[in-house]
Amino acid sequence: MSPFRSFVIKETRHILRDVRTLTVLLMLPIVMVLLFGFAIRTDVEDVRLIIVDPSSDVRSAELVRDFNATPAFRVEKVLPSSSGAEDLLRQGKADAVLILPIDFARSFERGTAQAMVLTDGINANFAQAVSNQAEAVIGRWQAGHSGQRPLIATAPRMRFNPTLASENLFVPGLLAFVLTLVSALMTAISIAREKETGTLELLLVSPLRPLQIVVGKVTPYLLLAFTNAITTLVVAWLAFRVPIEGSLVLLLASSLLYVLVALAIGVFISTKSADQRAAMMATLLALLLPTLALSGFVFPISSMPAPLQVVTKVVPATWFIRIVRGIMLKGIGVELLWKELLILTGMAAFLITVSTRSFSDRLDG
Amino acid sequence: MNTILFMVQKETLQVLRDRKMLIQIFVPPVMQLLILAQAMTFEVSHVDMVVVDQDHSPASSTLVEHFTATGRFSIAVSTQSGHAADEALLTREARMILRIPDGFERNLRRGESPSLQLIMDAEDGAAAGIVLGWAQSVIQGYARTEGVRLVGAPVGRRAGPALTVTTRRLYNPEGRYLAYMAIGLLASLMTLVGVLLTSQNIAREKEIGTLEQLNVTPITKREFMLGKLIPFWILGLIELTIGLAVIRFLFGIPFEGAVGLIYLAAAVYLIAALGLGLFVSTISSTQQQAQFITFFVLVTFFFMGGIFTPVQSMPMWAQSVAELNPIKHFAVILRGVLMKGATLTDILRPLGAMTAFAVVVLVLSVRRYRKTA
Repeated sequence: MSPFRSFVIKETRHILRDVRTLTVLLMLPIVMVLLFGFAIRTDVEDVRLIIVDPSSDVRSAELVRDFNATPAFRVEKVLPSSSGAEDLLRQGKADAVLILPIDFARSFERGTAQAMVLTDGINANFAQAVSNQAEAVIGRWQAGHSGQRPLIATAPRMRFNPTLASENLFVPGLLAFVLTLVSALMTAISIAREKETGTLELLLVSPLRPLQIVVGKVTPYLLLAFTNAITTLVVAWLAFRVPIEGSLVLLLASSLLYVLVALAIGVFISTKSADQRAAMMATLLALLLPTLALSGFVFPISSMPAPLQVVTKVVPATWFIRIVRGIMLKGIGVELLWKELLILTGMAAFLITVSTRSFSDRLDG
Repeated sequence: MNTILFMVQKETLQVLRDRKMLIQIFVPPVMQLLILAQAMTFEVSHVDMVVVDQDHSPASSTLVEHFTATGRFSIAVSTQSGHAADEALLTREARMILRIPDGFERNLRRGESPSLQLIMDAEDGAAAGIVLGWAQSVIQGYARTEGVRLVGAPVGRRAGPALTVTTRRLYNPEGRYLAYMAIGLLASLMTLVGVLLTSQNIAREKEIGTLEQLNVTPITKREFMLGKLIPFWILGLIELTIGLAVIRFLFGIPFEGAVGLIYLAAAVYLIAALGLGLFVSTISSTQQQAQFITFFVLVTFFFMGGIFTPVQSMPMWAQSVAELNPIKHFAVILRGVLMKGATLTDILRPLGAMTAFAVVVLVLSVRRYRKTA
């Protein structure tokens, strides 16, 4: 058997023997897809509402009934006066307060009725969505009374994501995150550990060339990453029906490309780190956190301040996420994604060259 | 008692001597806080739109002007072709298409409720909702002034019964995300560093063999754990102080409530978090395992704890699970005190929940740890 083949087999055995880490690595995509899909949402549903109803008459009863019937809201309490309502907001026991007018029925007939919606504004968009919903409920109630048609009707259509499902937005980024974790973090720590325990020196005196050592170390993680990519897509489809509108082949090919980028970064980091702890910290800070926050994964790039938008262009995950979203949600292919693919390929080529050279230098030096 | 003091002294000396680790504990989190908090925002700033005007009337031009006059919308593409409009969405040149059908002004004059079509790029559903809200309020504003004028009814006459609604957003008048996210980030970074340090520290001692040496001494399990926890607990509080200083002085975010309450909550929270790290170390035999399990557990806790997205948006079962999550309560307390001016009585419930978690996790860790293992 060639030295290279036995080396790859040794590496694979190492990984398979560490059952705990392996379990975490294989379970990670499944748990994260489910987590993100079920838990990370920005929907307005069952929002805890306090209604302050000083008049307690026919009109207010109608409104209270309407709010009770809306799934967006859950009427926690109906209070006779507004004292104590704001306390509930401050204590985090309610999300919004609706204050109805005094003498509602009469002022409504005269056209002078005034109501106020107070929202807990600490999460700005959520507060905005809550007040939009409250206004919509009140608007529908009013339309029911006046029977007037609106002057202009709007027919909105949500493209690429008709159900506004958050998971459609997150799954592409999740793919990038999982691949980065397995490819970069695992590789960096693995090589750093060999450095720490001194077994890397042993590899030096073997007939393996530096390039073979790198490829041999990296191959099992490449397979693992690829497996994770497929698991992520399958779970996303089974649990949330996240579509793949475009070419699956292009999707998998792009994933492979991204894995190569991440692996190269992992190798590079390992050559610069003295021990496992440093390797982990470096990968976490230089790659994982930017992938989480600066790639458009969760937080939209268009919302960021201009200098940070420039920084996002350096993060490989930014381009990968664009490609995956384009393929999965919009069904576009190479003809519209060529720019992103080219950049990712360029990054891969550059990083692989730099990291293998750095690795060879370290071994010889 | 003396044993605990000796352990604390030994741990502290080790930490202080490890320059690299000290830098890793303090510098990266501060940098992350500075940079990432500014990136983590969901604010929708600007909307590039496509206008497909098939009416070519004064009314339709005025409508378009109403959009651009807000300063939030700008016309990226103006076309007659539905295909070109669609492609603008596909290539992200624009995120909204406004289609004004033929006969718009005519139908408006006759009071026949013409329909405008709005096509949104809903990849980001939440942002699309916000943009749609803006677009609809522009259209309603147009209807109230221009539309009514075209129909011939005098503007400003109240026709029949009406209820006017005003909305007021408390605690965040400017609607910015910086305070919300910076606080969430601070809580996460404190947790990350604290739990990682603890779990890794003990796993490392296991790996290099010094743990066994400790185990043959008469030190009890409790003394050992306290000795390990106390130095990292102090470090966690120092980190909190630095983070709060960044938020208060570098970001210029005022504190509405008493900082003392924050320290009280952090003192309890750190015990819970470090106890978790301790527990992870009892189930790992190598540093790599400790790192991985910590990472896995923490990411789950962060996202299920409503740090970056509202807990209220989660399904009911997830909200119930979040009640068991100490970081959820810590974030509620932090945001409550700093952004809403909450008092001690306001935060008693989450404080109690964190204490319960801390007690449980410490008891479990002490039980699991075996000196002879």
